[in-house]
Amino acid sequence: MEAQLPATSIIPRVGGLTLAQWQRLGLAAVLIVAVALPFVVGNYRVFQFTLAMIYAIALLGLNMLTGFNGQFSLGHGAFYAIGAYTTAIMLDRWGIAYGWTIPVAGLVCLVVGFLFGLPALRLEGLYLALATFALALAAPQILKYFEGWTGGVQGIVIIKPAAPFGLPLNEDEWLYFLTLAILIVLFALARNLLRGRVGRAMVAIRDHHIAAETMGVNSALYKSLTFGVSALYTGIAGSLGAIVVQFVAPDSFSIFLSINFLVGSVVGGLATISGAIIGGIFILFVPNMAELVSKAAPGAIYGIFLIVFMYVMPGGIAGSLKMVIHRWFSGNAPAVNAGKVATK
Amino acid sequence: MSAILHTSKLQAFYGRTKALHGLDFEVREGGITTILGANGAGKTTTLRAVCGMIPTQGDVTFNGQSIAGKATEDIVRLGVAQVPDGRGTFVNLTVEENLRLGAFTRKDKAGVLQDFERVFHLFPVLLQRRHQQAGTLSGGEQQMLAIARALMLRPRLMLLDEPSFGLAPLVVQELFAILRAINRDEGVSMLLVEQNASLALELADHAYLLETGRAVLSGTTEEIKRDESVRRSYLGY
Amino acid sequence: MEILVQQIVAGLATGGIYASLALALVMIYQATELVNFAQGEMAMFSTYIAWSLMNVGLPYWAAFFLTIAISLAGGILIQRGIIRLFEKAPILSVVIVFIGLLLIFQSTAGWIFTYLIKPFPSPFPQAAVTLGTVQFGSHDLGALGVTIVVLVLLYVFFRYTSLGLAMRAAAQNPVSSRLVGIRVGWMLALGWGLAAAVGAVAGMMVAHKVFLDPLMMGGILLYAFAAALFGGITSPGGAVVGGLTVGVLENLVGAFVPFVGHELKLTVALVLIIGVLLIKPSGLFGKAVVTRV
Repeated sequence: MEAQLPATSIIPRVGGLTLAQWQRLGLAAVLIVAVALPFVVGNYRVFQFTLAMIYAIALLGLNMLTGFNGQFSLGHGAFYAIGAYTTAIMLDRWGIAYGWTIPVAGLVCLVVGFLFGLPALRLEGLYLALATFALALAAPQILKYFEGWTGGVQGIVIIKPAAPFGLPLNEDEWLYFLTLAILIVLFALARNLLRGRVGRAMVAIRDHHIAAETMGVNSALYKSLTFGVSALYTGIAGSLGAIVVQFVAPDSFSIFLSINFLVGSVVGGLATISGAIIGGIFILFVPNMAELVSKAAPGAIYGIFLIVFMYVMPGGIAGSLKMVIHRWFSGNAPAVNAGKVATK
Repeated sequence: MSAILHTSKLQAFYGRTKALHGLDFEVREGGITTILGANGAGKTTTLRAVCGMIPTQGDVTFNGQSIAGKATEDIVRLGVAQVPDGRGTFVNLTVEENLRLGAFTRKDKAGVLQDFERVFHLFPVLLQRRHQQAGTLSGGEQQMLAIARALMLRPRLMLLDEPSFGLAPLVVQELFAILRAINRDEGVSMLLVEQNASLALELADHAYLLETGRAVLSGTTEEIKRDESVRRSYLGY
Repeated sequence: MEILVQQIVAGLATGGIYASLALALVMIYQATELVNFAQGEMAMFSTYIAWSLMNVGLPYWAAFFLTIAISLAGGILIQRGIIRLFEKAPILSVVIVFIGLLLIFQSTAGWIFTYLIKPFPSPFPQAAVTLGTVQFGSHDLGALGVTIVVLVLLYVFFRYTSLGLAMRAAAQNPVSSRLVGIRVGWMLALGWGLAAAVGAVAGMMVAHKVFLDPLMMGGILLYAFAAALFGGITSPGGAVVGGLTVGVLENLVGAFVPFVGHELKLTVALVLIIGVLLIKPSGLFGKAVVTRV
């Protein structure tokens, strides 16, 4: 067969495999590691990796908005909170099975995100960042205010669900695999969405919104829809987060959660799907490492790290990896636009 | 006559693209040199390169001192005033503030006051519009403001980028008369980039013809005017 | 009626503080089109410096002016040392850098000074001032006075000095500014210095009311954002008017709308910000930044 396809001789290979083949191989390896992981590490680690995956889902949502559509949000913690509280209230107050609460949390966030995204039609990047920053700062207050629903400062305690169908898994392992499955589905959907017509329209709006309009892209609709879908992903993450952590309280959803999300998506690499996973692992483990470096002022260490990181790797980890890999395969510098966001 | 500005093997870059390929030219002390050429030949680039506004290689000497690689503001402080492409007006500031900025680096207050009088004398319309926002001025008035602002530096060398651009013929005549007067009476040397070749060759004593970043012809304006190809392509007779 | 007047004056006093901070934001926005998310934390840190200076025995006003000078120098240093490296970076990278700064200031303050809430003195007498039948807090009146002095000084500086003019020029048109010999980089740095100094004054004035702690500026910064947006983020005069309006509004809503009170303070700011952005994104005095297609 290969002989009939002279084009293959042009495709660069490293170690006899093309880039696409290496990618498939890498993906398979990651999946195998992901499935094997809970049987190798302890329960607390399983819990941590579950959280990292949950963050990855939230980051993917943020990434769609910021990386692919060029809109900033400093307030995705608020959508995460809405998802978490939707699940907590449904479980605790109404006794609904947790499996149902996850999609509902996503839908609620879709609607809220779409509505919040409406002003985004008219706002340039920084203004949206300000509005969402305000949303994130105000979110804990609002949660405390509606005490009857949210339990006020006390929050709501949730009971961890056991594995169904008599599966031989403990609660932590079950939640790990549930999260993994949801993650895979959501990532596959996102990949198809972003590589298709919709994704191209989103990127077109980011890079040249006037040209995109002229070519018939309804930028207003796409922008607020993107905001909605982005919130949906983050809301599902919030819902899973509530179940896994077994507790929601207003102060877990402070501005720092939103900041962490933004940091994770930028550090992981904007406009890359794999960046969300790297980012999720980053925001779970790096602040802890900062604490190891300096018990007294971990925030300062984290802050310094962020500034140095932005200077050294402005395209994020995934962006830099992409560049290295492309260089490996093509032998010279490629045109990389990873992490390219509307510049001032 | 010695050269006040002199470049040797000057190259300039926009990103990775080379826009000047080793240019040698000079402006004589008290003289006017003009650079002619079609759009995209590198005329504006040459002025930018002299002022250190873009990355360059090669040498630029001003008044016997190498200025290659210096910051724009340091070159300006040596007495090089540029009237840039697009006029560079501070549109939100008043006419008077624009002129004050022209004299920003000067410490001699009395001299600055004198120069205010002088430019208002040269361009009476600026006196009328003194407190008006510069952005509300007409194109011709903004061009006058740009030249006046450059004069406020009391420069030794002026770099002029298409001063006739977008102006009515009568205004252009007036403007060039003023430039000639400034050059004659105050000994300010000039490097003039101009689309309007016949006008430029009237004013200047030396000329260079640029094509895609290289000087293809140079000499006194008399010699250049006699050149067959220049006559056909740039002077139209 | 008396209560209304009292509330308005108290509102103007906090409004003046919002106005100062909003002005600091606008100064940096005008030069770089960026909103410094760390402005509040910088002001908080300055206030701790003032507190330390008083702690080692300096009288109030000496500490006050020394803090302003230190903040000015600090702002310049931050711009030269850190922000300058990101001049050509995408907006988002710069936002992350601002967040990094915010974390550094907050965490360092908590580390050096602990998270315990500290009282901060006022240079004005304890007793209330009575005008006619209405009583005013003297700190409120004093803070308002200090704010007015700061604003007038800034106005004179930008309007009448050649350094102020050069700063405005550098913000508007950096290329032309270099061509008249202005060192644009230093003008940006000086802008950061001035913003930090103005923020320091705001911090010292507000700390007496809200007490000093590393988290004290979060809400105030949000109100300053609201103020800057309300007045128009491209307009210094708008920031002042916006600050005063937002201050009075906040106080009146807090006093007369029973269900809002203190618990929803930040929510009021959120509603205000979104309201402004929806109805008139350029604010009262700003130029439209939104590009319509």
